[in-house]
Amino acid sequence: MSKQYETVIGLEVHVELATKTKIFCSCSTAFGSAPNTHTCPVCTGMPGSLPVLNKQVVEYAMAVGVATNCQINQYSKFDRKNYFYPDNPQNYQISQLYLPICHDGGIEIETENGKKTIGIHEIHMEEDAGKLVHDDWEEVSLVDYNRSGVPLIEIVSEPDMRSAEEVIAYLDKLRMIIQYLGASDCKMQEGSMRADVNLSVREVGAKEFGTRTEMKNIGSFKAIARAIEAETARQIDLIESGEKVVQETRRWNDEQGYSYAMRSKEDAQDYRYFPEPDLVPIVISDEWLQQVKDNQPELRDEKLKRYQEEFGLPEYDAQILTSVKKLADVFEATTELCKKPKKVSNWLMGETMRLLKEHDMDPEDIKFSPINLAKVIELTEAGTINSSVAKDVFEKVFSEDIDPDKYVEEKGLKTVNDEGALRETIEKIIQDNPQSVEDYRNGKEKAIGFLVGQTMKAMKGKANPGMVNKILKELL
Amino acid sequence: MKLLELTAVELGKKIKAGEVTVEEATRAALDAIKAKEEKVHSFVTIDEEGAMNRAKEVQKLIDDGTLTGPLAGVPVAIKDNLCTKGMLTTCSSKILYNFIPTYTAEAVLNLEKAGAVILGKTNMDEFAMGSTTETSAYGVTKNPWNTEHVPGGSSGGSCAAVAAEECFYALGSDTGGSIRQPSSFCGVTGIKPTYGTVSRYGLIAYGSSLDQIGPVAKDVTDCATILEAITSYDKKDSTSVKREDTDFTSALVDDVKGMKIGIPRDYLGEGLDPEVKTAILAAAKTLEEKGAIVEEFDLSLVEYAIPAYYVIAAAEASSNLARFDGVKYGYRTKEYEGLHNMYKKSRSEGFGPEVKRRIMLGSFVLSSGYYDAYYLKALRTKALIKQAFDKAFEKYDVILGPAAPTTAPKLGESLSDPLKMYLGDVYTVSVNLAGLPGISLPCGLDSKGLPIGLQLIGDCFKEKNIIRAAYAYEQTRTYQHSPIAQD
Repeated sequence: MSKQYETVIGLEVHVELATKTKIFCSCSTAFGSAPNTHTCPVCTGMPGSLPVLNKQVVEYAMAVGVATNCQINQYSKFDRKNYFYPDNPQNYQISQLYLPICHDGGIEIETENGKKTIGIHEIHMEEDAGKLVHDDWEEVSLVDYNRSGVPLIEIVSEPDMRSAEEVIAYLDKLRMIIQYLGASDCKMQEGSMRADVNLSVREVGAKEFGTRTEMKNIGSFKAIARAIEAETARQIDLIESGEKVVQETRRWNDEQGYSYAMRSKEDAQDYRYFPEPDLVPIVISDEWLQQVKDNQPELRDEKLKRYQEEFGLPEYDAQILTSVKKLADVFEATTELCKKPKKVSNWLMGETMRLLKEHDMDPEDIKFSPINLAKVIELTEAGTINSSVAKDVFEKVFSEDIDPDKYVEEKGLKTVNDEGALRETIEKIIQDNPQSVEDYRNGKEKAIGFLVGQTMKAMKGKANPGMVNKILKELL
Repeated sequence: MKLLELTAVELGKKIKAGEVTVEEATRAALDAIKAKEEKVHSFVTIDEEGAMNRAKEVQKLIDDGTLTGPLAGVPVAIKDNLCTKGMLTTCSSKILYNFIPTYTAEAVLNLEKAGAVILGKTNMDEFAMGSTTETSAYGVTKNPWNTEHVPGGSSGGSCAAVAAEECFYALGSDTGGSIRQPSSFCGVTGIKPTYGTVSRYGLIAYGSSLDQIGPVAKDVTDCATILEAITSYDKKDSTSVKREDTDFTSALVDDVKGMKIGIPRDYLGEGLDPEVKTAILAAAKTLEEKGAIVEEFDLSLVEYAIPAYYVIAAAEASSNLARFDGVKYGYRTKEYEGLHNMYKKSRSEGFGPEVKRRIMLGSFVLSSGYYDAYYLKALRTKALIKQAFDKAFEKYDVILGPAAPTTAPKLGESLSDPLKMYLGDVYTVSVNLAGLPGISLPCGLDSKGLPIGLQLIGDCFKEKNIIRAAYAYEQTRTYQHSPIAQD
C-alpha cells in the first residue's frame, strides 16, 4: 500500500433507560416476562390511545447531557418518525429530530496516544420497538410488545474517532458515566446499550470525509473492534482497486467476520418526520435543570482522584475500584464503617474478585452488605480470627451475607492465643513427626512449614500462626 | 306527546320526577330507530340489548339517589370514532369492520358517569374525512329534512339521529367543522369546544392537533349541559387543559346587552349562498335588537385557511392512520405473499378513496424536499390565522357568520368534485386551526325547506360567550322538528 489512510468514525449509541415504567405509558419495563404481559392500549398502538411522557426519562436524559458536557435545550419537542414494521405498533416511532433535549457536548477519552475529546452532536429521547419472533416451524412471525415503549436515549457523536481503540475508550467512558448516573445498566449483551458505527476512510491529510457506511447494532465491544478493522480494510481495498465506497447500511456478522450490505442510500426510507401532535413541548425550567445539576453524583474521574488523595490508595487500586460503580459503592460504604481503606481495597480486589470469577458473576451482582465485610476486617485486625479463617468467613459473607461476629462465635473460630494449649499440641506434633523434625534439624528450613500445617490442622485452623512459629522454633 | 320530541334536559327532568322511566325512554328511542333507520340510516351499530340492560341499571341508580344529574337516564348516540368498550367501533371504515375496543373513550366515560344510556354508534365519513357522510363504508346517511340531501359530515350520523329524533342527543367530533357543518345542515345545535377542553383519549385520531369532541342536540341548553358533563382534565391526554370555568350552563342567560359581535366581511363574500347570507344577517339583526353591538370587520387570511387545514390535517392523518395495517386488529386481506404485500393489500382494500386521497396528500407534504414548502408553511399560516383571531377578539366577544356557504347539497353531488367539497369548509376550518370554540345553531330554512346554520365563534376558553349569545338568539325562535321527526 503506497498511500496512508485514516479511519473516521462516528457512533450512534442507544441506551435503554432504567426507569420502572415505559416512556409513554405506565407499563413495566421489567425484562423476561411472558410475551405481551407488559402492554396496554398505548404501547400496542390501539386506536384512540395517547402517549403521556414519563418525567423520569427527561430527568435521566438531562443528567446524561449534563455529565457529557452538553447544552440542554430547555424547550424541546418530540417528533414522529414514520416507517412500517410490525414491531412498531403505531407504524411510527416517537423520537426527537428538530429539537433534541441535549446538544453540543463531549467527553474526554484516554488511549495509548494520550487524551482526546470526542464531541457529542446531540442526545435525544425515543421509544424502543417490540420484538419479532420468527417461528420457522409454523412459518409465522409473532410480535411481543413488552419492549415497545421502553425509553431510550440516542447519543450521537461527532465523527471524531480515528481507531477502534478510540471507539472502545469512548464507549467505555460513556458506559461508565451512565452507570454512575444510574440512568442505565448499559449491558451490551442484554441490549441495554447498542451501537451503530458510521465509518469512512480517507487519505491522511485529506480535508473532505470519504463516503461512509453504517453498521447497525453490533453486540459487544470486541465485535465492534473487529467490525471496525474489517470495514476499514474493505473500504481501503475498494479505493485502492479504483472502486467507490457506496453509502449504505451494512450488517456485521461477527461469527463469520465479515459484513454485508442491508440497504443502500437509494432505497433509504423517507421517515417523513413531523412534530408529534399528541405531546406538548418539554419545557425545562431553570430550577429543574439546576436541581438535576445539583443531584449529579460523583463521576468516575472525580472518584479516581479522590480515592488516591483522600484514602491514599495506589492508582492501580483506585482504577479497579472505580471501574464499576457497584464496586466503588461497596468500597465507600465499607470504608465508612471500618475506616481502613487499604484493607477494604485488598478484600475487594483480592478475595471478592476471585469469588466473582469463580462464580462467573459481575461486580454488579455483589450481594453482601458492607457491614459484614467491615466486620471481617475488624475481626482480622483485632487478631480475633487469623487470615485463613477470615477467608473462609468472607466466603460465607460473599455467598450468604452472614453476620461474621455471630458466625465466628457459633462455629468457635476464634484464634487460640492460649500458649499452654498450643505448646501441648505442638509437643505432640513433634513427637508424631520425627522425620520432619530430623529434616529441619539437618537444615531443611522447609520442613517447618509442614509442622506448622500439621499444627494448624490439629487446631482446626484457629491457631495464631505467629505464635505457632515461635513455639515450634523454640521447641526444636 | 311523543317522548322523542323532548330535549335531553327536559327528558332528564321527567325521569327525575318519575314521570318517565329510563326504560320507557330507551324503548321509545329504540322504536324510533327501528321506524326511521330505513329512511335515514344514522346508525352503524345499534345495541338494543345493551341499552335496555343499561336502562334498568341506570333507573336503579336514579331511584337509590346515586345519579342525580340532568342527563341521568337520557339515551344518547355516539359517533363511531369514539371507542366504546365491548362495542364495535369502526370509524365507518372497512379496515375496522371487526374492531371492538378494550376501553371506553374518556368523554364517553364521563357521560356514563352522568347516567347516559348508549343506544349505539352513529355513521360518519370514513375516519371523519368528508363533509357529507357519503364516504362511509357502511352506506350514506340521509338528511332528515329531505332524504335526497346529505346530512353533512363528518358527524352526519350524530346530527341526523338528533334531527330525526332517534335519540335525545349525540356526541360528535370536529376536526374542520365536522360537528358545526352537519348541525347546520340538519337544523340542530352543536358545539366544538376549545382545543384541550374535552379529552381526546379514546377518540380515534384524524388530525390530532385539530380534533375535539363535542355535543349535538336540539338546543343550546342541552349542548351546554352535555359539554359540562364531558369536559374534564385528563392526564391520559397530554393536550388536555386544566380549566375551572367549565360551568357552561351558567351562561344560559337571555341577555346580550353590550356584547360586542363582529361579522367578518370575508365571510359574506363570494361563494356564499344569498339565502344563507340573508338568514345570517337577520340573525345578527335580532341580536342587535336584543342589545348587542354588531359590526362588520375584516378578519383577513380567510383564503389561506383551507389549504393550511388540508395540509396539516392530511399530514397528521397520514401518520395517525399508519397503525391500520392488518397486523394487530381490523381488516387483513385474505391472500398475500409476505409482509409488504399484506400491508399493501390490506390497506388498499380496507380504506376508501377519500381516506386514500388524504393519506397520499399527507405523505406527500411530509416528504423530504416538500416538508418546508408545504407542512412548515401550513404551520406558519396556522399561527398567523390564530394571530388574526387574537386581534379580532381584542375587539369582539363573539364572531358571527355562517357555518357553511350553502344548505345541504344533494346526495352524490359533492364527491365528484372533492376540491369543491373542501371549499365548503371555509367558515369552519379556521376555528380548528386556531383552537377556538364554535357553535352552530339553526337560524331558518331556505326556499327548499333546508335548515341554515348560524355559527358563533368565541376566543379560546370563552365558550360561555358563544353559549350566552346563542341562547339569547334561540329565545327568539321555536325549535323546528324535521319532517322525518314528525313521521
